[in-house]
Amino acid sequence: MLPIGHYLFLSLALFIIGVVGVVTRRNVIVVLMSIELILNAVNINLVAFSRLYGDVAGQVFALFIIADAAAEAAVGLGIIIAFFRNRETVLADEMDLLKW
Amino acid sequence: MLDKALFYFFAGIAVVSAVLMVTRRNVVHSAIFLITALLATAGIFLQLRAEFLFIVQIILYVGGIMVLFVFVIMLVNLDVALQQIQFARQKWVALFVALALAGQVGLMFWTSGKMPGQGLPVLTAAAAAKLPPNSETVARSLFESYLLPFEIASVLLLVAMIGAVVMAKKRA
Repeated sequence: MLPIGHYLFLSLALFIIGVVGVVTRRNVIVVLMSIELILNAVNINLVAFSRLYGDVAGQVFALFIIADAAAEAAVGLGIIIAFFRNRETVLADEMDLLKW
Repeated sequence: MLDKALFYFFAGIAVVSAVLMVTRRNVVHSAIFLITALLATAGIFLQLRAEFLFIVQIILYVGGIMVLFVFVIMLVNLDVALQQIQFARQKWVALFVALALAGQVGLMFWTSGKMPGQGLPVLTAAAAAKLPPNSETVARSLFESYLLPFEIASVLLLVAMIGAVVMAKKRA
């Protein structure tokens, strides 16, 4: 039987990798994928604590986070398609117009 | 023992493919490494006795969201992007943020006096015995205690669906 710290560290590692991806990558699609990775890291925490206390509530909240991730991916990718149609780019540092 | 071996196996795959996802130049490779990271996380869920979430993770994340991503990559991907610089000049910001996060968690462990691996509560078999049958307990919790959040989540998905259609629609 593993102590909870293992899962917390795995979650922390995935979270930090995701944050580094969000901050450093220029391609907006990879930024969105990094956000999915961050949400996934949070899910590991929730499920690990659900297992620790034998309470299923953590798994229910993980389900809600997965639903949120699906909504975020749909809207985010829609925005990327709309932006690409207008500016022909998917690079974050070229997205510098609020209005054109 | 088997528990430990499974955990290190899936955790190793998850971390390595997450690092590869962030560093690969080709976006399609990034997407495939994200899929392996998500599948490894599904393995962790199974090892934590969350069978329902394991299936949901595979069907919804890997089968649904990632297909959406790959679709958009094919719609949007430019060959030009492969020749461009892949990282923004924010190396130091990223380093700072990562160190701040790690330091915060390290401080938490240090002040609690319980380093990971010693003194932290262990996942017991007694607690795990309360979880199965997993789908049934999740459903009971979802439709009894968390019925209102469940309905709010369905409204959120409706809003996201309409938003995605409006965003991706061609301007008339």
